[in-house]
Amino acid sequence: MSVDVPAGQSRADAESNIPVPNQRLGIPEFLYTGTVFDEVTRGQTEEIIAKYPQQRSALLPLLHLVQSVEGFVSADGIAFCADRLNLTIAEVEAVATFYTMYKREPCGQHLVSVCTNALCAVLGGDAILSRLSGHLGIGPDETAGEPGTEGSITLEHAECLAACDHGPVVTVNYEYYDNQTPESALELVTELQAGRKPHPTRGAPLTDFRTTEREIAGIFSDLADQVNAPTASEETLRGNEIADRLRQTAPSMPESYEMPPLPERK
Amino acid sequence: MTSSGASNEAGAVVPPSGPDDTPAVMTPVLTRRWASPQSWSIATYRKLDGYTALAAALKTEPGRLVELMKNSGLRGRGGAGFPTGLKWSFLPPPDGKPRYLVVNADEGEPGTCKDIPLMMADPHSLIEGCIITCYAIGSQLAAIYVRGEAVQAMRRVAQAVREAKERGFLGKNILGSGFDCEIIVHAGAGAYICGEETALLDSLEGLRGQPRLKPPFPAVAGLYARPTVVNNVETIASVPVIVAGGSDWYRQMGTEKSPGPKIFSLSGHVTRPGQYEAPMGTTLRQLLAAAGGMKDGIPLKFFTPGGSSTPIFTPAQLDVPLSFDDVAAAGSMLGTTALMCFNETVSVPWAVWKWLEFYKHESCGKCTPCREGTWWLAQVLRRVVSGRGVMADLDTLTDAASNIFGRAFCALGDGAATPVTSAFLHFRSEFEDLVTGRTPPVIGTRELVGAH
Ligand SMILES: Cc1cc2nc3c(=O)[nH]c(=O)nc-3n(C[C@H](O)[C@H](O)[C@H](O)COP(=O)(O)O)c2cc1C
Ligand code: SF4
Ligand code: FES
Repeated sequence: MSVDVPAGQSRADAESNIPVPNQRLGIPEFLYTGTVFDEVTRGQTEEIIAKYPQQRSALLPLLHLVQSVEGFVSADGIAFCADRLNLTIAEVEAVATFYTMYKREPCGQHLVSVCTNALCAVLGGDAILSRLSGHLGIGPDETAGEPGTEGSITLEHAECLAACDHGPVVTVNYEYYDNQTPESALELVTELQAGRKPHPTRGAPLTDFRTTEREIAGIFSDLADQVNAPTASEETLRGNEIADRLRQTAPSMPESYEMPPLPERK
Repeated sequence: MTSSGASNEAGAVVPPSGPDDTPAVMTPVLTRRWASPQSWSIATYRKLDGYTALAAALKTEPGRLVELMKNSGLRGRGGAGFPTGLKWSFLPPPDGKPRYLVVNADEGEPGTCKDIPLMMADPHSLIEGCIITCYAIGSQLAAIYVRGEAVQAMRRVAQAVREAKERGFLGKNILGSGFDCEIIVHAGAGAYICGEETALLDSLEGLRGQPRLKPPFPAVAGLYARPTVVNNVETIASVPVIVAGGSDWYRQMGTEKSPGPKIFSLSGHVTRPGQYEAPMGTTLRQLLAAAGGMKDGIPLKFFTPGGSSTPIFTPAQLDVPLSFDDVAAAGSMLGTTALMCFNETVSVPWAVWKWLEFYKHESCGKCTPCREGTWWLAQVLRRVVSGRGVMADLDTLTDAASNIFGRAFCALGDGAATPVTSAFLHFRSEFEDLVTGRTPPVIGTRELVGAH
């Protein structure tokens, strides 16, 4: 990967045929990095495209794949997707700007997301975000440390992460760290900054933002191992625990039953 | 069932003779394997009767499976409660060209937290449900659209697909039946609107996830403009048990018009928040009794029956049977049975503001009432909760909300107006008190800067 353009700055790459994206009101243009996507990535690209009946369906996964290489979506990443899928730059940009998970600035080694939707917020999510923000000295959607280097962290507020029964919830690279407090979240982030990787409450061992993005793109390695990381939390099993303790069950199924006939033709 | 007797044959609400605070009785059906060791593995699944329903289904005429689903009374678990068998029967007759099943695993409605645990704990029930459904509707391809952030759920589902394929439950000529079926696991990229079924289809086609004009409905022109069934994870995971037990068995649980068990998700100020699978028609009072009551004994102030898009309820509705019709009759919606419980310490205007920030962020921008309306609602609410509101703001809020409701292109807009209108219905004075200064601002200016 060539990094002759400082991260956070953009320019038209005179060597390439890629047009300079228009500067639109309020929307940062995509940054040029000069990234050349290697053979491995190209192979993964073909693997993803082959999954779908129509190739355009591969666009969302491909943008995730671009993030697995670059840690965000660059103008070069946009051009790469456009080229592989026979789309225009504008078509790919329209998609890349629509979805929250596509980042337009380089992310840290880890992406820390704090749920601040009403439920988590009332249980402490807002306090967690402001504690982390204070500790890292950054606001949401900013990165502490040189993006991509060990211990660098991008902080964001997230909407409901579908784990409300475990609130307040923090995710790191989308792995769940449940039932957090400002103190526990601070400890988690301090560990991450020191290059350590505390195990998520529910989910596979922590890797980094880019590795997770590759999996989200649908390129898994060690899947058989990773699925074995524990996820059965107390909260998930509350009903089971009661049923077990009080011997409650659903009505038992009959030995057999009559399958209904086809409806009469009208 | 003891805990579901609160509605009569016609589904009308029977006024409770007195609050029934006996703890809800659990009926683990979809959750019954969740506590088993390695519950996600095909070995555990098969040990606990997994893939036996598939074998039975493949020996049945597809049309009869659709009838079975109709008879079971299963209603969609994604929020709207549309009868599943009926939806399947809307597909036009096979024409030899592709048709699809798309599973909605985009779980994003605030408060909703059942599908991701289901996919993590028992992914094979979803896979088996997909295969049976595909067979019943004459499809050879299912796509599971998983919310992009749900990476561990995605891994479990992807691994389940691999395992099912290795054992011959997926692929060509499944169990010697001549039926072929494949499943694609597809990740979204963080957009709540992609849970709306037509936006989901656009997203799956590699476009911005914006809703389509209906009709045509997906049953006629869905994925790649071909006939498509879109169903929620919990709906599809219910298919194998209905095939295994039959519709009469299924109807032993729940109410006449909302049969079956339901995964209720309790969250918030509850002693033991979590997932509780009980018959449809169980009340929140009974669920809370099972969950150890409100945390630290601080009383309940308001709750959502089915996520932030469903009108809020107060303790006066604690005894409403949680079934589609009973909740509707009481003025809200069952939605996703996401029971977010807030205690008396919580400011209602504050919660509504937080939710509106969410809707503003997630509005897809396609239609004006929602795109502009959510923006204005969030701004005005923010002013009110920070103590800088004026009385006219309250009229602006109700006005803007009623201008969105019913005029937006899709149900997200209605969902955004709902917290405002329902909060004004039950708690208008809290908004007034913030304006008059009777209650101090809920948030300081400093906090306003950081959060959104
Ligand atoms: C804004 C919006 C978000 C939605 N999100 C979801 C979702 O995350 N999961 C889901 O199953 N249904 C969601 N729905 C409902 C779907 O549009 C659709 O009704 C459902 O997937 C149908 O499946 P079912 O019949 O099995 O419930 C959403 C609807 C709207 C309007
Ligand atoms: S109501 Fe909102 S989310 Fe739905 S189409 Fe309109 S702008 Fe988009
Ligand atoms: S509100 Fe935070 S996970 Fe749902």
